[in-house]
Amino acid sequence: MRISPDRCVACGNCTYVCPMGAIYIDPVLKRATIDRDECVECYACYNGLSQEHLNPTLVRALRKVFSWLRLRFDPEPDVCPTAAFEPEDLTWPRVVRRAFSDPRVPHESTGVEGRGTEEVKTNDVTGRVQLGEVGFTIEFGRPGVGVRFHEIDRMTRALAKAGVAFEKRNPVTTLMSDVATGAIREDILNEKVMSAIVEIKTTVERIEEIIRLVWEIEKQIDTVVSIGVGARCNAEGEDEIVAPILERLGYRLERAKTNIGLGRVTNAEATKAAEPAGAIM
Amino acid sequence: MTNTLHRFGDAASFRDDYIVFAIPSRGRNDQGSVPKLKKFLEMALPFHPVNLGDARHGGALRPCRKLTPLAHWRRDVRPDFRAVIEGVDSPTTVAAVFDNRAAAEEFVKAVKAADLGLSVNISTSVEGAEQCCWAAGIPRHSVGYSLGFEGKTEKLPESGVLMLSTMCGHGMISHALARKMIDWVKEGRRTPEQAVTYLTRFCSCGVFNPSRAKRILEEIRRKAPAAV
Repeated sequence: MRISPDRCVACGNCTYVCPMGAIYIDPVLKRATIDRDECVECYACYNGLSQEHLNPTLVRALRKVFSWLRLRFDPEPDVCPTAAFEPEDLTWPRVVRRAFSDPRVPHESTGVEGRGTEEVKTNDVTGRVQLGEVGFTIEFGRPGVGVRFHEIDRMTRALAKAGVAFEKRNPVTTLMSDVATGAIREDILNEKVMSAIVEIKTTVERIEEIIRLVWEIEKQIDTVVSIGVGARCNAEGEDEIVAPILERLGYRLERAKTNIGLGRVTNAEATKAAEPAGAIM
Repeated sequence: MTNTLHRFGDAASFRDDYIVFAIPSRGRNDQGSVPKLKKFLEMALPFHPVNLGDARHGGALRPCRKLTPLAHWRRDVRPDFRAVIEGVDSPTTVAAVFDNRAAAEEFVKAVKAADLGLSVNISTSVEGAEQCCWAAGIPRHSVGYSLGFEGKTEKLPESGVLMLSTMCGHGMISHALARKMIDWVKEGRRTPEQAVTYLTRFCSCGVFNPSRAKRILEEIRRKAPAAV
């Protein structure tokens, strides 16, 4: 993303809407400017701000007059008055930033928008997590902090060393150069994204071990982590196994996503597919 | 898309936050899913949702690419549910947001009866979702628990800001904008209703809950600054 210096009038509205705080008014240029190293190409500025198409010269002149008179015009805060944002054609590896930051762009690896994961949201159809198993989603950078891949790489290597299985249909897994070691490809390690989710599956007996491992690595990385734990309920709709373990580890289970089991396989090819549901690698 | 799982707040703060969403699984039940997704959204309307969303095109209140200067005084802030329904053109996640459990329960009953064959999830407090399932006579299939935020939490803002900004799990509502809206409401520069419309437009998949956001802003306005 770039901001046209010819169109920008330095109103400052965009400096508040950038989730990464990467936009500032350059004191020399007197125009809004994007710190490209901090920008994650989420397009919140371009997609979220409404646009007027006012004449920049006229707006700058009016702003000067108001400023000189110490008058404050109180405009709408979610508007770019001169449509100054200009999307760029992104190339590798920068394009990775947008894939993991702009929720409207589906991940090529999974075809899913947002962070590109299905987790237990489709467990009634995929059968990915069965009784006695748990699906972890370990999300980095959320909320509103961001993460670079070298920080995720620390966690994925540690998890691989512990012998966990990474979800095959997951965008981070597809960017690993070696799934066995959890190594993420080197050319993207310094790329910053809004957030990314590592998905693993394990048995309920390993819940505590995995969480303690995540706690340990969290201390070594410079971002926030959000953990989600997916469990299959029994025939009565109860989870009497996973929740007690999490509570014993000190978690208060305030919020959850509950799959109510109304989905089924309907694609013609899928009903006779050979691939087992929820394949892992 | 875990964009509704990690909303900040305790279970009581989700009393007016029920998101029911439908999602096709790629390669398994995505073929022919578009009419079903539209039907899902259409079925939500009689239960008075506070937002509808399509992960690919947005929610019921969207930014405008061609505003006129008159918008600063006279702006259309009515949610356009019809645009969301008609805009679904490919397999994606669609969501209906309710601000009371009774509406969510009735909607879940209707979805069960419609038998769309898509995965349907309820995102709210653990207990709230359980009650919706009981009311509809559906045993829960799977649960995805949020364990909250960990790691360098010193990088996170105060709770009031976080409660607003995490209502877009994709991070499209910046902490700075949420804080600015809190300040503007406190200063009397905007009403909570107005502030909420600005925030809602940034949520690009329509799961932001304007009703809960308004309540949060009103509660923060009444508190001393140190409390938020």
